[in-house]
Amino acid sequence: MNTADTLTVPLYRAAHGRTGDKGNRSNISVIAWHPALWPLLVEQVTPEAVAARFALRQPSRVQRHLLPRLAAMNFVLDEVLDGGVNDALNLDAHGKSLSYLLLGLPIRVPADLQQHLAGPAQD
Amino acid sequence: MPTHPPPLLIGCAAGFSGDRTDAAGPVVDTLIARLSAGPAGQQAFLIFETLAERTLALAQLRRRADPDAGYEPLLDDMLRPVLARALVAGIRIVSNFGAANPRAAADHIARMARELGVPVPRIATVSGDDVSGPAQRDLLRERLGAQMPLPEVDALRVVSANAYIGAEPIAAALRDGAQVVVCGRVSDPSLAVGPAMAYFGWAADDWDRLARATMAGHLLECGAQVCGGYFADPGYKEVPAPESIGFPIAEIDHEGHCTVTKADTPGGLVSLQTVKEQLLYEVHDPAAYLTPDVMADITEAQVEQLAPNRVRLTGVRGHPRPADLKVNLCHEGGWLAEGEISYAGPRAEARARLAADTLRKRLPRLNLRVDLIGVLSVFGDDAGRTLAQLPPGDARDVRLRVAATHAERAQADRLTREVMALYTCGPAGGGGVRSAMTARLNTISCLLPRQAVPTRHELLHGATA
Repeated sequence: MNTADTLTVPLYRAAHGRTGDKGNRSNISVIAWHPALWPLLVEQVTPEAVAARFALRQPSRVQRHLLPRLAAMNFVLDEVLDGGVNDALNLDAHGKSLSYLLLGLPIRVPADLQQHLAGPAQD
Repeated sequence: MPTHPPPLLIGCAAGFSGDRTDAAGPVVDTLIARLSAGPAGQQAFLIFETLAERTLALAQLRRRADPDAGYEPLLDDMLRPVLARALVAGIRIVSNFGAANPRAAADHIARMARELGVPVPRIATVSGDDVSGPAQRDLLRERLGAQMPLPEVDALRVVSANAYIGAEPIAAALRDGAQVVVCGRVSDPSLAVGPAMAYFGWAADDWDRLARATMAGHLLECGAQVCGGYFADPGYKEVPAPESIGFPIAEIDHEGHCTVTKADTPGGLVSLQTVKEQLLYEVHDPAAYLTPDVMADITEAQVEQLAPNRVRLTGVRGHPRPADLKVNLCHEGGWLAEGEISYAGPRAEARARLAADTLRKRLPRLNLRVDLIGVLSVFGDDAGRTLAQLPPGDARDVRLRVAATHAERAQADRLTREVMALYTCGPAGGGGVRSAMTARLNTISCLLPRQAVPTRHELLHGATA
């Protein structure tokens, strides 16, 4: 919901990230484009929000690790890859595309922080 | 004032088996240029990381078929263009391209040197990672026990079992004068830690320095992924000339801190963003990144852009290495069958959905995964929950993909035949059938105590040259 003060945007305008896999476990980094956006990410990109975003893939556990000096966080999603690279039937058995599933999460950005958002505004 | 060796240069020219094979040339040229402009006594290494989780099992299968095979199939393409130049310049080479047969890879490199007209280098092989033999079998059975009952372990058709070993045998081989070190399953960062231990003379319990070099190795181990590869996203993350990315070169100082740079080509980018993404790649708990060499803690890590394409990493700490080593065991896992067919134009999505429904009814004994490529594919789950909650739409160019596994080839192959039969029996206008049958390899992991996995190195060539 957009108000005069707050803009709702996809997470990729505030952060970038990459997915890695080991077995049936996926890790996804979320890295603020600007340190000023970091508290916003900590507040809104919670383990609960990520678990909800991946609900249909049924991770057995979602953990969040914070790296404040890098303005980054690392999510670890257990049993989210249908067995992983050797077992999954998915074309992307590694789950390499999953960072972009997370980066579509809507977040609310107050007016004073919108100058730090990346990318074309119409996105 | 104490004097320290100048920073060690380590370039990485491959991040996996199948990486660009022309990456090494610019890395070696850049290392040579920096050595000639650098302080006396500075050394440089070239590493190639070519083993993923199942690459080794595939190599083991090739070795069974041919005792002289089983190492990196692209070894010649990767190494021949730079081997002579590197050796002449004193750049030493460390890699896991030995895969399931380091000795045969070493022989190949010796042959390559003779053909190139340079003296055959001192080549060392590192062994001990292969734990599939009788010596460790009982222990392996015991450690797998919780995951898999004993009779099933015995019945498993085991293709490979390898422990992730560490940097110590690499460092030992280098201290013995090896110019080329050929490994199988070593942990990826150890390819950089071994050279750093040998060059700086670090002890195997110098946890902080080992942890820092480990993270340098971690940044290097995926090749271009730290310097603009796997990063570009138009409008958000621009990478210059992605067709000619200069692969990474790390400068590791005597404390183990590293500065990430890249080979001098027009392509690629070393920025705070590229380094942060790779630093966290395949990391779980950042306070406990485990390798055979050390437990690295990057929770206080910091990155600083020193100059264009120069990023320094500091703040990494180390804790004692784990007592156990991780083992991956690969076993035959039946067959994967896949089939695809395209629908385009009006009602394409409806026709693709009808084709999927038809296949489900024709193949009741297979658990089919269904993808509608162009509508929903890789984000979906195997059980189809994601697709089921997606209301039918009106996509006009849809490729239906179905996949299933079965222990028996003939059962799995029914899927490919049913997809083919859609040509005449399925919905209107289906075209472009492709199908594939792939033998599967499954992996299970366990831990073995370090003492049960003795490692060694052996100088095979050029030792007396």
